[in-house]
Amino acid sequence: MLEFITRRILTAIPTIILISMFVFGLQKLLPGDPVLAMAGEERDPAVIEMLRQKYHLNDPIPQQYLSWIEGVAHGDLGISLRTQEPVTVLIGQKLPVTIQLAIMSIIVAFLIGIPAGVLSAYKKGTWIDWLANGIGLTGLSIPHFWLGIMMILLVSVRLHWLPASGYVSPWVDPVRSFETLLMPSLVLGSGLAAYLMRHTRSAMLGVLKADYVRTARAKGLAEHTVLIKHALRNALVPVVTVATLLFGDLLGGAVLTEQIFTIPGFGKLVVDAVFSRDYAVVQGIVLCTAVGFIAMNLLADVAFRLLNPKTRTS
Amino acid sequence: MTAIEQMPEPIALPRTGNRALGKLLSNPSALFGAALVVFFVALAVLAPVLPIQNPTATSWAAVRKAPSAAHWLGTDEIGRDILSRMVWGAQASLLAGVVSVTIAVLLGTPLGVAAGYRRGWTDAVISRMTEALLASPFLIMAIALTAFLGPSLRNAMIAIGLSATPIFIRLARAQTMEVLTMDYVESAHAIGVAPPALIWRYILPNIFPPILVQATLTVATAIIAEASLSFLGLGQQPPAPSWGSMLNVAKNFLDQAPWMALWPGLAIVLVVLGFNLLGDGLRDALDPREG
Repeated sequence: MLEFITRRILTAIPTIILISMFVFGLQKLLPGDPVLAMAGEERDPAVIEMLRQKYHLNDPIPQQYLSWIEGVAHGDLGISLRTQEPVTVLIGQKLPVTIQLAIMSIIVAFLIGIPAGVLSAYKKGTWIDWLANGIGLTGLSIPHFWLGIMMILLVSVRLHWLPASGYVSPWVDPVRSFETLLMPSLVLGSGLAAYLMRHTRSAMLGVLKADYVRTARAKGLAEHTVLIKHALRNALVPVVTVATLLFGDLLGGAVLTEQIFTIPGFGKLVVDAVFSRDYAVVQGIVLCTAVGFIAMNLLADVAFRLLNPKTRTS
Repeated sequence: MTAIEQMPEPIALPRTGNRALGKLLSNPSALFGAALVVFFVALAVLAPVLPIQNPTATSWAAVRKAPSAAHWLGTDEIGRDILSRMVWGAQASLLAGVVSVTIAVLLGTPLGVAAGYRRGWTDAVISRMTEALLASPFLIMAIALTAFLGPSLRNAMIAIGLSATPIFIRLARAQTMEVLTMDYVESAHAIGVAPPALIWRYILPNIFPPILVQATLTVATAIIAEASLSFLGLGQQPPAPSWGSMLNVAKNFLDQAPWMALWPGLAIVLVVLGFNLLGDGLRDALDPREG
């Protein structure tokens, strides 16, 4: 297993280097000169030159990349041109908010997606299966941001049940924090639930035909024991793998969800950075999400090997 | 006799196509999906000749009016007719979906086939690049690319197309490697068929069905991506209509004019559902393992 993990980490390194080169090159080609924006109305040549030197913008591009990647390797993602704060500090401030939203959304997704998938597979061909499939497919077709807007309209504007926007840290007021993130996590989680439901259904359909399930039934075990203990436990192996791969969708969805509900997280940071041409922040965010995604892929591979007896022994 | 004339017959696609079409036509959900797609395509194509108002004409006398006989779907914050903006918005959404997927297929398929066919360092380089591109979440990559290219519908389509390209590289690569193990391809190889002919006559026709299925499903994703970018202000620019940008404005008037948010979202859901159902139906119809 250790050899497998080492090999997977080693193969991830070129990918990370490539993505860093791509992200760096892309940002350098962005329209507009950030230094002109920073220099303000007067555009004093001396100030512009000083800023160019400060941010190494006069160096050749490969050298700029090398100094940037050297900094990255030491945990320095640069300084935000807009707020003058280190990018790592900005990301560090916003990331916990998005992680909280992500965790709550994953819980929602599992609570809806897994039971719906199990039920749909167990009742294959019945109206329950049709209904679950229909809801699942509709869930995949609804854009997060529209669902968010509709929920604000219904739950906040009409019913006044939950706040329409804002965020409170769980360290300040846990109940209020839960309330502010409940609707966003339902919005984000329901889309992921549709994916999980489809994968759980497909995995369960395969497992329910397996010999060991037939044997368990022949032994006279209660149906729910067969379903949960024998079938679901095995069906969950590929589902857990898929769930870790939904990390990308989760982050993409978080960008829009945070915009709608005005949550000061990672997603809002990237949108604000894009509009203010804050190169360093965009670079840092894309790089962090890519590294996070690669780490999730690695985790998925390791989880799959650990959970699947066939690959564990080989 | 040339090598081409001696080549073993590839899979008879017309027969497979007829059988697939028969299966597709007997699938009610696929037919429903196709009907939704046809409806929205017809709206988009017929937008210039339909008896609807100018989508950018404002009227201060009709600001945020609820649906009525004069304005079937109501009006927006500056008195523009929502129905007409919806119809013209269909053009932007469908165009974005189809153009971006075309970019992804045209870029991704040759690269994937090259990687799967040549293997070795070609495969290593293309695969590492694909993994690097896939490592960044689709929407974040599209946002970053649109920011780099500048906000506009054209650039959003390019960004979405480039972000979706790795999906087709991976698919074409895997399918090519599978087709290369088939007996008739090995026979063609053995009698010395040149690689371009082999790719054109054997590989491309055989990898086409899964690519078509993936393309249909990716159109759905691309339409949502375009709407998302327009919602963020990075896609279609005002005053040109787009469902995403209409929703961006609508969210500020939820209390006073909820219809502004209802229709564009519903249209996105229906057209995306249409492509998803059609894609699922195509997959079932073209999958040889299915009945």
